[in-house]
Order: sequence, then C-alpha cells, then structure tokens
Amino acid sequence: MSTFLLEIGLEEVPAHLVTSSESQLVARTKEFLAAHRLTVGDIKPFSTPRRLALQLCDVAEESEALSEEKRGPSVERAKDENGEWSKAAQGFARGQGATPEAFEVRDGYVWLTKHTTGVPANQILSQIGEEVVSQMKFTTYMKWANHSFLYVRPIRWLVALLDEQVINFNVLDIATGRVTRGHRFLSTEHVTISDAQAYEETLQSAYVLADAENRKAQIKSQLETIANRNHWVLSLDNAPAQDLLEEVNNIVEWPTAFSGSFDQKYLEVPDEVLITSMREHQRFFYVRDATGKLLPHFLSVRNGDTAHLDNVIAGNEKVLVARLEDAEFFYREDQQKKIADYMAKVKTLVFHEKIGTVYEHMQRVGLLAEKLADALDFDDDKKTDLARAAEIYKFDLMTGMVGEFDELQGVMGEHYARLFGENEHVATAIREHYMPTSANGNIAKSDVGAVLAIADKLDAIVTFFAANLIPSGSNDPYGLRRAATGVVRTLTTKHWHIALQPVLAEFMAATGAVTASADLMAVLSFVVDRVRKLALDDDIRQDIVSAGTDNFATADIVYLTDRIQVLANHAHDNNFREVISALTRVARLAEKTPVSLNVNPQLFENETEKALYAATSELQLVALEANGAEALYQALAALQMPISAYFDATMVNVDNEQIKNNRYAQLNIINQLIAGLGNLEDIVIK
Amino acid sequence: MTSQKLSLQDIILTLQQYWANQGANLMQAYDNEVGAGTQSPYTFLRANGPEPWHAAYVQPSRRPADGRYGDNPNRLFQHHQFQVVMKPSPDNIQELYLGSLEALGIKPLEHDIRFVEDNWENPSMGAAGIGWEVWLDGMEVTQFTYFQQVGGIEVDSVTAEVTYGLERLASYIQDVPTVYDLDWGNGVLYGDIFKEPEYEHSKYAFEASDQTMLLRHFDDFEKEATRLLDLGLVHPAYDYILKSSHTFNLLDASGSVSVTERAGYLHRIRTMARRVSKVFIDERAKLGFPLLKDNDLREIYLGEHGKYTLTEEN
Repeated sequence: MSTFLLEIGLEEVPAHLVTSSESQLVARTKEFLAAHRLTVGDIKPFSTPRRLALQLCDVAEESEALSEEKRGPSVERAKDENGEWSKAAQGFARGQGATPEAFEVRDGYVWLTKHTTGVPANQILSQIGEEVVSQMKFTTYMKWANHSFLYVRPIRWLVALLDEQVINFNVLDIATGRVTRGHRFLSTEHVTISDAQAYEETLQSAYVLADAENRKAQIKSQLETIANRNHWVLSLDNAPAQDLLEEVNNIVEWPTAFSGSFDQKYLEVPDEVLITSMREHQRFFYVRDATGKLLPHFLSVRNGDTAHLDNVIAGNEKVLVARLEDAEFFYREDQQKKIADYMAKVKTLVFHEKIGTVYEHMQRVGLLAEKLADALDFDDDKKTDLARAAEIYKFDLMTGMVGEFDELQGVMGEHYARLFGENEHVATAIREHYMPTSANGNIAKSDVGAVLAIADKLDAIVTFFAANLIPSGSNDPYGLRRAATGVVRTLTTKHWHIALQPVLAEFMAATGAVTASADLMAVLSFVVDRVRKLALDDDIRQDIVSAGTDNFATADIVYLTDRIQVLANHAHDNNFREVISALTRVARLAEKTPVSLNVNPQLFENETEKALYAATSELQLVALEANGAEALYQALAALQMPISAYFDATMVNVDNEQIKNNRYAQLNIINQLIAGLGNLEDIVIK
Repeated sequence: MTSQKLSLQDIILTLQQYWANQGANLMQAYDNEVGAGTQSPYTFLRANGPEPWHAAYVQPSRRPADGRYGDNPNRLFQHHQFQVVMKPSPDNIQELYLGSLEALGIKPLEHDIRFVEDNWENPSMGAAGIGWEVWLDGMEVTQFTYFQQVGGIEVDSVTAEVTYGLERLASYIQDVPTVYDLDWGNGVLYGDIFKEPEYEHSKYAFEASDQTMLLRHFDDFEKEATRLLDLGLVHPAYDYILKSSHTFNLLDASGSVSVTERAGYLHRIRTMARRVSKVFIDERAKLGFPLLKDNDLREIYLGEHGKYTLTEEN
C-alpha cells in the first residue's frame, strides 16, 4: 500500500479561510477518489498560512475494476430483415467499445457487459490538480501576474508524491515536484521531501508545524504555561478567545508564545477598550487576576523561535502603548463634553443619503418605541426611561473613542451615559439597542433596551423599503434581514405579543414622506419571512412552516411562531391527518370573501347540521387566539368528527338558494377560525 | 537593528537603491496634490492596460482630515509613502519585499514579521485589491496589494503594489516617541521641517479655507477634466481629476459638505476616474502599447482578434 501527498503552497492565506479550505480540500478529494473508484485508508489533512495539504494513506494500487451491464435495443430492433445485426445494434456496440459478438440476449433485449479495468493510482492521482486543486472555491479570490486564473492567494509551489515518486501535473505554470518550503525565516527556502510519508517530519525539521490541530494545542499549552507561571487567569473557553486562538493558529507556522506588559495607569480606561485594543487590534490575549480584575499584561504568539524575543516583546508593547495612549486621550477628552454636545453633531450624521440623518432616524425610533410601549402596557417609569434612551441612544457615535474604536459603539454609550448621570435603565438600553449583534447573539435583556432594539431595526426596515433599498437574492448590504431576524428573536424571546400591522400603519401615517412609499404588506412579509427562516432552521417541516406563516393577519410574531410550533407538535398526532383533511375541506369550500356569517338554525335539514352549529356557536376567534394557538388547534381538532359527519350527510351546493347560503355561512364561520392557524391547505398529508 | 540608526533620508536612499536593483525605475514624487502614492499617475494610470511597469518613488500624501495641528505623535496632514509598483506581479514579490527590510537592517530572525489579510479599496477611484498589511513586531509598516480593479476596470495584468509608511517605518527604526523627533538627515529633525506646515495646513483645512472658492474650483476642475477627456488628453485630464479630489478633501475636512452632497461629490470623482482609466487604455492602445514586448501578449491584446485591436468603427 502506498501513501500519497499533495501540498498546495500559497502566499499567506487569510486566517479565517485556512481551516475551511483544509476541510474543503479533504471533501473534494474524497469525491474525486470516489468518482475514480480509488480506495484509500485514512486521509490526514494539514494546513498553515502558507500551505494546504493532505496525505492519503494506504492508497490502492489501482482503482476498482467495474462490470456494468448495459441494455441495448430490443431483439426485434437488433436484427434487420436479413437476420444481420441492425444499425441500431452496431451503433450500441460501438458506443460501448465492443462488437456485436459480445451481445447476450436476455428478456427480449441485447446486453453488453462492460468491463472497466482498474486504472493505476499514479494515473488517477495525476488528475487531482485539475479535478481538485483547481476546483477549490473560496469566499475571496484574486488573480496575479498575467494569469486570469482565480484563487484565494497566488499558488507558489505544488508537491505531489506517491511514496517516493513525483506525480506530474501542472496548475497554471506551476509544476509539481518534491520541493516544499520551510518556515520563511527559520528554514532555508527549499526543502526536499524524500517520501510522502516523511511530510510532517520533514516540515517539522524545517520549522513548520503542519498539523493545524497539533499546532493549536501547542499554542494553547504555551499560553497556559506562561499564564500559570505568573499566576494570571487566562480564559480560552469563551467564543472570542476561541476565535482569536483560531486566527492566531492560522497566522503562524512555528509558534512561540510570549508575554508583555503595559503601564498600570491605562487600567483606568474601561476594560472593554483595553480588551478591544489587545484582542481585536493586536491579536493579544488579555489576562485577569484571581478576582477577575484586568491585569496590565498580555500574551501573544510569534511566528518564530525564542531568539531575540526581547525585540518582539518591546515592539509589541510599544504598539499597544500607542493605542492605549490614544484611548486614554479620547477617554479624557470625551468626558469634557456633554451628551447634548454630541447630539448636536448627530444632526449632521448620515443614516443613509436617500433617507436622511441619524438624528431623524432617532426621532422616528422614539415615536415607534412609544407606540410599542403602549401596545405592551409599559408603566410610566419605563416609558420615561424609554423616551430618554430614544432621545440620546446614538450620541456615542460622535465621541472620539467610538470614532477610533468603532466596534465599541453602544458599549461606550452605556459607559459614558452612566458617567454623564443617566440612570441605569437608560444606560443599559443604549448598549442593548444593537442586540442581537449576530445570528445567534444574545437578545436585549431589559424591557427598555428590547423595545429600543426592535424600534431601531423596524424603522431601518421601513425607511429602506420606502427608499426602495430592498434586499434581493444574497444581496443585503444594509443587513436588513439580520435586523428583521433580530426583531423576531427579540419578540419571541420576550414573548411579546404585538400586532405589528396596526402599529406600523400608525407609525407610517405619523412619519410622512420618509416612510410613505414603503409597502406595509411587503415590510410585514419581509419580517414574517424571517419567522419562516428561523422555523426552518429549527428543522420544522417546510409545509408546516408555510401553513403557519401564510395568512399572517396582523403579524403578531409571537403568535405566528407559536402556531407553527403547535402544528409541528400535532403533526405526530394519530388524528392529524383526519383533522387537517376535515378542516381543509371546509377551507376549500368556504368563500374567500364571505357573503354571510349568519346561520339560521330554522333552515337546517338534518341532525349533523345542528350538531356542527352547536359545536361552533360558542367559538370566538379573538378569545381563542388570546388563549394561544394551542387552544385554537384543540378547538378546531374537536370539530373534526362533526365536520366529517356533516359532509357525509349534507350537500352544500343545493338548488335552494336560501339553504345553500345558510350552509356557506356555516362553513365561512369555521373557515375564519381555521385562518387563525394559517393556511392549512399548505400542509402535505399522506 | 543596526548600531547606527538610519535617518529618514537614509531609509529613502536605501529603498530606492534596493528597488532600482530589482528592476524598478525611480520616478519622482508627482507634482500635484494626492492623498496616496496610489493616486500618482505612475500607479493609477499605469495599473491599467497590458503593459509591464516597474516603478518606485516617494510620494508626499495629503489628507486634510488627518491633520492634527502638529500635536498628534503620529497623525499627519501630510505623510510620506514609499511606493513600489511591479507589473506584472513577480512570483517572488514577497521575498523581494522581505529583502528590502533586510536592506534596512531589519533582520527577520530578530523580529516577528507577518502578512495579515487586509484587502484594500478606494471606491472614489474605483480601485480595489487583495493583499495584506505587513506587521513588524505588531506594527503595521507596509501595505501590500495585488490590484484587481482600477478605475472600475478589471486589470489586464496584475500590479503588485508595496506601500511603506515612511514615518512609521522610521519611527520603528529610530525608536522615537513622535514623528517630529525623527532624524530626517544630518541632524535635522522631522519637526524642524514639518511641524510648522503641519500646523498651518491643519489651521487652513479646518478653519481658514475659502469654501466658496473651493466649491467653485471643484466645479471648474471637473469641467476641465471632462473637457480634456473628450479630447483624449489623458494626463492633463488626470491632473484636473486629482485637483478635484484634493479640493473635495479640503471641503470635506472643513465640514462644509452636507451629508447628501458628500455622496454626490464622490460619485462625480468616481465617474471621472472611470473615464480616465478607459481613455488611458485607449490612448496607449493607439500607440501600440510600446512597453509590451512579449509577442504572445501582443497577439492577445493587439493581434487580429486582440482585445484592444482597433477596428474600422473606432
């Protein structure tokens, strides 16, 4: 059994693409091997900033031979009138690379057994350049020199070895060989690999740790060793630290961790600022003491060995100090002004050139927030806090600190609001209005913050729709889908039943030209579409999701979400099929725009009519919906028997107009209840 | 680090010599206000079309909004870039760059040098590229870009652009607290030369500029650039585009451009940048791309069915 090695040598690949590219290389190689029926044992992947590689262990000598039966023309068509093989038969044989002598006759047809012999592994693997390496897809591409070929970064060398043998192929003008490159500085430029199996050791002796997992483990252990030695608390378990570890791992080939320090005096600057400077800007890990207090030290990783590490430490410290010096300066300067000073500047800040300023956006958000607070019956204290928060919540955009550290928007707003004497609820809401900041990000905790978050996002959606800046396809430059998802998640997490339709209609009526040309139905559909997306992400059946989101009425998002879940839950009931069949039968017969909802019991002709009437006369949609989608489903499920009995005994379309209309009225009443569950006709019942 | 610290002018001389040895032609700083070395015609115009081009030059770069009255340790109204453009991008461009650091006495084994992803974009010039910022012990000292699009046009031949921030690099080499403490040469400090102009230009850009005049100039420059483009006079037209761009930057710094107007001005500059790129290629094609010597490439671009082969209609 042989070992095959493939290495793609690249200029430094963006750190966030290294791991996914490694996985992609493995996945594509597996597909390639399957397509060529070449069996291999383990596949061991490698990746560094400068290379993507894999080793195929136990490569079979050749691909599996294959016998395929191919059916040709029918016996009648296979022979001509003279009993000779017909043109059709000869053509079939030719197409399969055989002659009619090889035909077998079976089941009225002629057959050929096609034997594909095994192809030697080296022959197959010589196609991996064209079929795998060149086919890699990335989220960012570039071309270089005079080539039009696109890749994540320029390819600089290729290694392809089957045991000791070079497998020859080219990608662009780069030919495969056995020469790789070691560490940029610690190794000589060209390093020869004698044998595919020797890859990892050869690179290790050239100061490259090619196994990404192993490299990450080493970085982690080096960092922890330094932290432990100094009694610093380093937490690597949180998501930002994991992301940083992943990034650092993908910008080094030979990691050496080190620590540095900065002056105590900078600790007066808020922790978030220090952490942002260290983590986001310099890719440093921060450390705390046992009590959780941030320490004036940091950990980082060099791409190299320990020689002259003092230079590296001094340089990194100097850069950090320059940043902290700026931060401290802004922190002091920012406090010299007042919120009102910043708000005056917000008046000139563009929200979008076609829509207006951030200040105008804030004023609309204030109005919308007030309407939402009314719908939620907020008490006066909350309403006061909300109004104040809405009045000032973007002021920090004009501070020097946020100008320099834009990722701290909201965080600095909260911090400064407190310093400027705003109350806790207002300060918190300022930070929380950006939430959730990612697809699975946390939702605003405080009620005031959550309403502000919803209003801020809804105003953006409505005004961008009005300006005809509507997301299409994968193009959503203003993040409106993310905003709508944020609205949906906030409402459902808070369990706030709000009928968005009337609230937004009033809001649009009150805000004039800037929202006037927005199509409210389109806006609501856009938000409801996010309900749909979230439900699908939860693995709820597509037909049930459609049923629950159609007929969204006043767009009470929580109710819509609930009823999808209710339908999904009941889909496992034994009688689900019968219930849905009965109800959709009613829905199909009922009129889209009901002529009458008045049922006259005097006109009943049979017992089932009376029974159905009795079963439905007490049901009130408003009351049922108020009790939730589950109550409504239960009530409708209880009608299944009466409905079935009714249809068995009753003809709706009779000649007598009076009786016919009376029966339609009965169905219309039930259909209005059914619409409270969405559009059940979407549900696929088998 | 070398025992005797290189002065700023030593750094310039070293880089010039180094890149001249690598086949770059030394240009002089462009005599028109620009915001970056990229805006020099030696980069912006030459990046388009199929002709090879290798150049290096120092470019004083004016960014009115970055002025700090000479008070900030490293933010400047005008800084200096050392710009290298190599087109088509050589296969060993990273190694050539690292060689330049060694020439400056920065031995890679004594430092931590990293290529950190940083894609560059200048929407107002319709230019975008893929590349890195180079970190030296955690400090960004160079921007490294493979141009993909210039003037809104996908490039025929990729330029590798290496831009050194001279003040930053010198601050690192000389280890001084502010740019004003840098030794320019012969014991004359950076502050001795530039502190006063920094103050005056900041004062001018933020407080003293005549906005009515600037607004009028912008319109005039734009009109002139457009007229010259119609005449196929690429280089004079480009000069007026640069003047428009700088005039806009002055207006922007003074805060006299309203929010909606801002987008409008950028759009006007972008429109001109796109046109000039196109006209530049057309004019070079008319000249037969004299710098393009490779016969295969000449066939691709000027052959019978070449991309830029002139046909009867044009």
